[in-house]
Amino acid sequence: MRVLRTAAAVVVALVTLAPLYWMVVVALSTRAELLGGQLRLWPRELTLANVERVLTAFPVVTWLGNSVAIALVTSLITVAVNLLAGYAFAQLRFRGSTALFLVALSTLMLPVQVIMVALFRLVTELGIYGSYWAVILPTAASAFGVFLARQFILGIPRELVEAARIDGAGHLRVFLQVVLPLCRPLVAVLFFMSLLQTWNDFAWPLIALRQNELFTLPIGLLYLQGQFGADYGGTMAFALISVTPMVVLFLVFQRYFVQGFARSGIR
Amino acid sequence: MTSSSAAPAGAPADVAAPAADERGPSPGRARRGSPGEALAAYTFLAPNLVLLGLFVLLPLAWAVWISTQDTDGFGAGTFVGADNYARLLSDGTFWRSVVNTTLFTAIVTPASMALGLGAAVLLDGALPARGLFRSVLILPMAVSGVATALIGVLVFDENSGVLDGVIRALGLPGVAWQSGGAAAFTSVVLVTLWWRVGFNMLIYLAALQGVGAHLHEAATLDGASAWQRFRYVTVPMVGPASFFLLVMNVIYSFQVFDIVFVMTGGGPRDATSVLVTYAYETGFVTRDQGYAAAIGVVLLLLTLAVTAVRWRTSRTRDLVE
Repeated sequence: MRVLRTAAAVVVALVTLAPLYWMVVVALSTRAELLGGQLRLWPRELTLANVERVLTAFPVVTWLGNSVAIALVTSLITVAVNLLAGYAFAQLRFRGSTALFLVALSTLMLPVQVIMVALFRLVTELGIYGSYWAVILPTAASAFGVFLARQFILGIPRELVEAARIDGAGHLRVFLQVVLPLCRPLVAVLFFMSLLQTWNDFAWPLIALRQNELFTLPIGLLYLQGQFGADYGGTMAFALISVTPMVVLFLVFQRYFVQGFARSGIR
Repeated sequence: MTSSSAAPAGAPADVAAPAADERGPSPGRARRGSPGEALAAYTFLAPNLVLLGLFVLLPLAWAVWISTQDTDGFGAGTFVGADNYARLLSDGTFWRSVVNTTLFTAIVTPASMALGLGAAVLLDGALPARGLFRSVLILPMAVSGVATALIGVLVFDENSGVLDGVIRALGLPGVAWQSGGAAAFTSVVLVTLWWRVGFNMLIYLAALQGVGAHLHEAATLDGASAWQRFRYVTVPMVGPASFFLLVMNVIYSFQVFDIVFVMTGGGPRDATSVLVTYAYETGFVTRDQGYAAAIGVVLLLLTLAVTAVRWRTSRTRDLVE
């Protein structure tokens, strides 16, 4: 039974890894080998020629920088804003608390695809179309973290907050010095979830970014494929470059991602 | 802290979770506070509410307005009332997209849930290197939709793809993954499953932690087979997770874009066109933005219908903890 289970797990793992493995193989294969049409699970010789070709033909480093900058700034904004809101919903008493919480929650089910035309008009009117902010601000406007933050901060004893208040601390100070230090695991989860989402985001950046030099990696990848066409070596070399940072981050900080997904799930 | 709304008199005190939890929203917490506290609360909420209002709620209202316009997105449009919606009714590509989106949802949702549950049960049991297997299965979640789709293009290429290489090596006829409509649709579904199963497995793994081993032991003692234990112990116990995943998968499938747009662009001959790819084409390629907004509103109504179901069934729990 145990042998059977293990065998099944191995098969499932291989099926999952095969496409990624194939991306790596094609990215590192010579042109001759790719055009040879012979199916080889391991190329006769490995080469970085595809990687070099991509790096010289396209502003890959710029795109990488754009992706890093947009993902970091978006995540910082969204985490900060969601923590503040989560604190208010969890620890403060005020009129309209439930109603506002429901409004925030309801936006979760509303995807950018539904409103993309209007959003495009909006960023044009705001004069930020075609800039980083056109991607950052609408992406940062997410209530995803509000929900998790409220849940987490509800677990902080109200007595702790009240004691600090009695000692004369203002709400901001209570938030920064009492609540925030207890929220480190939450901050990590929210931050990594946001990074992952922003790094791989496609539909909205595709609309909001027009200039080549502002592209993020996914948009650049699509653009490059349009130019390279059937040059799978080049396309896969760039695909490899674009997914590696997030895959590494995902593996190293896996437990935060897993917590984030699992907690967003069952309730 | 006292709970303001008591359970109905006579309700058995030991009923398990949901029923016993149905109290009013956040007892005691959302009630009165000092004016200073309310001011602080609104200040803390302001950045989030401004962002949501400006970039989600305002565009939502605007989208409904634009859907009554004839406009290319530059300058003022002309008001055409419900014309865009009327056009939808007689638009073949729109209906094809509706059918494709529905079909995609009807296949991807149960398939990714079944595969996810299977993988979760497999990796929940005793297994060497269990953690490693789990890491491998959720790895696709870290890969962008565009990269996933391009890997799909590479694997499914009907001339040079590795998959057809394998199929031919087995002596079977090659499949027209790009030129054949049904085959192209299948390839999109398969790539989506590869990408999505990890998420489903993760949610099910979390849910399985709540299934006590004693239940399985009791069932085994009663002579239940492995299948019976799965069917009558595991499946009912992960019910809430299944419901959550059902909603999430349906909503994802309604809005599918990245994979379809990059892999097939909706082709061949609209065989894989879905609502969002069609809305994108209409709004940003042919620039008939009023019409595109109308498609968006249709998508919104579909999403709302699903959300309403989720809302009715999980509202109380969401609010109370």
